[in-house]
Amino acid sequence: MEYLAYGAFFLTIAMTYALICLGLNVQWGQTGLFNVGVAAFVGAGAYTSGLFTTPAVVDRLGGFDLPIWVGWIAAALVGGVLSFLVGALTIRMRTDYLAITTFGIAITLQLAFQNLEGLTGGVFGMSFIPRAFGDLQGRSIAFNLSNFALAAAMVFAVYLLLQHLMRSPWGRLLRAVREDETAAQSMGKNPVSLRLQAFVLGGAIMGLAGAVQAHFIGFIAPGNYLPMMTFQVWAMLIVGGSGNNRGAILGAVLVWAIWALSGSIISEIFPADQQARAASLQIVVIGVMLCLILLWRPQGILPEARTSSRHLGKRPDKGPKP
Amino acid sequence: MSPQVLIDGIIAGSTIGLGAIGLTLTYSILRFANFTHGDFLAWGAYLTLTVSGFLGGLLAGLGIGDPLGPFSFGWGLPVSLLAGMALTVLLTLGLDKVLFGRLRRRGADAIIIVMASFGASMALRSLLEFIFTANPAYFTRELQIAQKIGMGMRATPDQMLTVGLTAVLVIALHVFVTRSSTGRAMRAVSENPGLAGVYGLDVQQVIRVTWIIGAALACVAGVMSGLLVQIRPYMGFDLLLPLFAAAILGGIGSIPGAMLGGLIIGLAEAVTVQVVGAEWRAGVAFVVLVLVLILRPSGLFGRRV
Repeated sequence: MEYLAYGAFFLTIAMTYALICLGLNVQWGQTGLFNVGVAAFVGAGAYTSGLFTTPAVVDRLGGFDLPIWVGWIAAALVGGVLSFLVGALTIRMRTDYLAITTFGIAITLQLAFQNLEGLTGGVFGMSFIPRAFGDLQGRSIAFNLSNFALAAAMVFAVYLLLQHLMRSPWGRLLRAVREDETAAQSMGKNPVSLRLQAFVLGGAIMGLAGAVQAHFIGFIAPGNYLPMMTFQVWAMLIVGGSGNNRGAILGAVLVWAIWALSGSIISEIFPADQQARAASLQIVVIGVMLCLILLWRPQGILPEARTSSRHLGKRPDKGPKP
Repeated sequence: MSPQVLIDGIIAGSTIGLGAIGLTLTYSILRFANFTHGDFLAWGAYLTLTVSGFLGGLLAGLGIGDPLGPFSFGWGLPVSLLAGMALTVLLTLGLDKVLFGRLRRRGADAIIIVMASFGASMALRSLLEFIFTANPAYFTRELQIAQKIGMGMRATPDQMLTVGLTAVLVIALHVFVTRSSTGRAMRAVSENPGLAGVYGLDVQQVIRVTWIIGAALACVAGVMSGLLVQIRPYMGFDLLLPLFAAAILGGIGSIPGAMLGGLIIGLAEAVTVQVVGAEWRAGVAFVVLVLVLILRPSGLFGRRV
């Protein structure tokens, strides 16, 4: 029975990563925008939701004690607004400027989480974030399973939304801009604005994911949003298959499994004083894996499906003969 | 604000500038933002430290291991620095051979190469942490007293040496790039690699020279930072944002620009530490970066982006 509770716990975390991956897939997979600051957008969402939903505390602002769903919406909004600001600054320039700027925002927000004690609780973080199904907390199986159901339902909802969007004319335009910007432009489309829209949508999903994660764990601290997280999410998306939403979800579960498994192996093999050191090997492995996939199978496990209009290609035999 | 800010800024800015030169060269000649560059600084420092560990015992045995003149280190460090530079160059050439070069030949998008550099950077940094642990290391345990250098400013002999060394290196490199035929070839490739190849320039050779210069300077910058502050696996990562900000502020591809950008970032950091507080130091580079992107995205001496 403990295994069931752990399994549900593990999968819930994997689902929150799947949400982040889906957000990143809008930015990278569909649009070709390289965001090196994923952790910043996730963290901004988590802190926003924490600020709105925790009970009132004396030593920092807020604790407005609002319902969890208000926190979710606020987190998505903040993720979106932050993305808009970063995107508006850099999206019209060479693609690597966006990478450098998002890298910068990740470092700067990390500093802000640590130093703005009156807002974020500083290095001690925020605790008592209300957990979804909090009244079940005593019964770990029921608690973890219901949280898993909730997180999976959110992933499914976002997945359906994105699948729908990607098949829509808007999704086609995004890919058109990614594949050939000049051609798209000559058709009268505005690549900068389209990219910005995709970047904002992805950032909002990341913010939401941060809130979902925070409301499952119940506690956040600056250390949760290190560049390490960005790196894991990237590995997930690239392994699963960028451009493919199912690939994003598969990659999240798979890489998280590798991560958790290698972590528990390390804690078994190495003595306690060497574990921090051995944990850095985990990162080496994921880094090398990322490079190998970029070299040998850039499309990932589930490659991007060729998506074109359902009507294309069927016309000749169905349409009226001239 | 005391005048000491000026000298503190110049000292920190020297390291940033030297690192940014390598970054700006790879950016303009190989055409990608190399996130591994910060880790070249850290690897350079650790490689030099390893060699100097071996040399230290040897030189002490010969009776010539004592500190040189006013400095905190003996002959071991300059000699190990040369070895460290060579090893860092080997590291970057090796990385180019197994990773970046392959992606380039396959015609991968620049952004894929950026992503590979991001993955490689994580792996390289964590490897350092695994080998040397996260505890800080030092080249020397000698204490140095800061001396008055006029106008109420103080600096240690080590600090003055690093500033002087930076000036010599930058001037030498500038002369090399503007006067030598290799330097001309580098500029040609950065303008237009295809055309440079058509004209019979050896583009592969130019790429090798770029890595060699970038890696050697990264090693010097890493050792300088290690000598003046400390050596940590994350030292390069922490410098990466200032390096990018300096390269973009100076204008991508400009060597004097990168150096000047580094000095400006160093000064801005020193002012922030004194006026706002040391805990915000790491955010300064980002503020400068955002300002440059808003006001003058091509940087001080750069071409249009």
